[in-house]
Amino acid sequence: MSGDWPYRLREHRGTLLAFLAFAVMFAIYAFNHPAGLNANVATNAANKGVLLALVAMAQTLVVLTSGIDLSVGMVMVLANCLASVIVVGSGPATALGALAVLGLGGVCGAINGLIVIYGRLQPIVTTIATSAVYYGVALALRRVPGGDINAALADALTGQLFGGVPASLVLLLALVLLVWLPFRRSAIGRAAYAVGSSELAAYMSGVPIRRAKLVAYTLSGLLASVAGLFLTCITYSGEASAANGNTYTLYSIAAVVLGGVSLFGGSGSAIGAIFGALMFRTIGDLLFVFNLEPLWQPLFQGLVLTAAVCLGAVRLLRVRNRLDLYG
Amino acid sequence: MADAAAPTGTLRGTLGRMRRSIEPATLSAFGCIAVLLLLGSLYSSSFLSPEYLLQQLKVASFLGVIATGMMIVILLGQIDLSLPWVVAVGGMMATAATGWGPIGVALAIPVGIACGVALGLVNGFGVAFLRLPSMVVTLAVNAVAQGLMVVHTGGFSPQDASSPAMRFIATGHSLFGIPNALLVWAAVGAAAVFLLTRTTFGRTVYAIGNRERAAYLSGAPTRTVVMAAFALSGGLSAFGGVLLAGYASKAAQAMGDPYLLPAIAAVVLGGTSILGGRGSYIGTVAGVILITLLQSILSVMQIEEFVRHIVYGVMIIAMLLVYGRSRRYSA
Repeated sequence: MSGDWPYRLREHRGTLLAFLAFAVMFAIYAFNHPAGLNANVATNAANKGVLLALVAMAQTLVVLTSGIDLSVGMVMVLANCLASVIVVGSGPATALGALAVLGLGGVCGAINGLIVIYGRLQPIVTTIATSAVYYGVALALRRVPGGDINAALADALTGQLFGGVPASLVLLLALVLLVWLPFRRSAIGRAAYAVGSSELAAYMSGVPIRRAKLVAYTLSGLLASVAGLFLTCITYSGEASAANGNTYTLYSIAAVVLGGVSLFGGSGSAIGAIFGALMFRTIGDLLFVFNLEPLWQPLFQGLVLTAAVCLGAVRLLRVRNRLDLYG
Repeated sequence: MADAAAPTGTLRGTLGRMRRSIEPATLSAFGCIAVLLLLGSLYSSSFLSPEYLLQQLKVASFLGVIATGMMIVILLGQIDLSLPWVVAVGGMMATAATGWGPIGVALAIPVGIACGVALGLVNGFGVAFLRLPSMVVTLAVNAVAQGLMVVHTGGFSPQDASSPAMRFIATGHSLFGIPNALLVWAAVGAAAVFLLTRTTFGRTVYAIGNRERAAYLSGAPTRTVVMAAFALSGGLSAFGGVLLAGYASKAAQAMGDPYLLPAIAAVVLGGTSILGGRGSYIGTVAGVILITLLQSILSVMQIEEFVRHIVYGVMIIAMLLVYGRSRRYSA
């Protein structure tokens, strides 16, 4: 246990780097914020960050199996629309509605998984096509933006706990403890990593490939629907917005990359992706703090994303044999 | 006897070669087009009228030009997700050039395409030299292109009306009433077929798509080819943007957004393997027409928008399940 720390450090390097980068950025943000770091500023920042972090977690699960889920954003939008319809009314009705929203997310993820596994289609085309379907269903539920959500639930999820701790961060922590860590430590989770490293080798070793992939895709849909539910809590309404869905899908991939998760699969962690997402959000807020024109914000975010992506090229310096460059 | 047998023999040989050269996926795609037209004609006979078909081919031309670039990149085993904003950059820079006076009007189309090529070169550099996954490089370039255009429109409020030349190639008609856009697609397509089947560049693209390491060991300039392929894709996307700006007589920020998914779907439905190395341009043509017809028929039937999205997605999955399945386990 004591002798293997270089290996463990290497395994978690991406996550640690993401955490450090986020910590530095957030410190700059907090110290320069005009109002200083009070509970309200933190809660606001946390709510925006957690929303993206949830989608990024969803994306990570699929990316680990060397797939990609271009439908996470649309599953979130679909969950948002459904939540704005059924998560209303009395306590029990709200609870049932929330369960139904999560169930729908799981079903959407499972559909992606089943098509990829048993239909043997490439994840990228499959999820492009299913995202059109999910968007259609979302539009059927909410032709015009509107709806409502149980105010008590919304306030509880977006407010503060114990006098100052953002509730959204507690929700995120709970999901990490209840969904991610059990998955990571289970045989199925290890199988998902194995599939991502080399599907052929995993198959030869008798790893339950199909079950691992199906669980990864289903959990991914589930997490995306939690994001949708949370979005409803923030906005108090539902909107079938294709732009919103696409933006979150793209941002989730950006967060995953910033969080040190390999897009080739098999390495990285959802915790890294969470810090990647928080970092991506902080970048946007930094501009606001430094009074840069909002006009420049998309360009700045793009350049930061490009820089982060280019960091991946550092591995070229370690390549001894040129042939290793060509897969 | 021998004299009579020889021509039939060669004829049969030619037919056999033709049958072998057209892949089953391409045939299925054309079959799906026929079925769609048949179903459409049951609804209304105007679906088979020459005017409607020509109109559809004209609309398909924009997607066709854009999908050509996407296909070359997919043949490499890569993907170009920067398409939406490269299309927008093409359209917006071309119209912006129109505002620079007479020289700008003359140079509008080349300026638009050149901007797309420049962005494509950045993509290609990241993929070929920095060895980064194309999915993230092109995503980052897409974000940068978006940022540039937001600053460009917000800071300089450029002209957004297209030049007469752009409108002419996108909406005009030339010989026998054939839409110019269709002629443009035909020219782009012919060039692509020549490039892919008759040049070393094309051979190398297929070789890299099959196994880049083998192509490199065979002495092929793989990095240059990858970079050129991405530049081509960027240029063609931007050209598509120029055409779209001409068609709508103005350029808009989100004009490229509706083209990413159809372009990938068209290429894949046309039988090009998303893993690279396999696929023919005629298949992409079939895929483009198929997607355009599907969208058109769904909208002509006045089906509600949400049903259209669902049917669109389900049809793509269904058609892919019929013939787009990959091998069981990949290494």
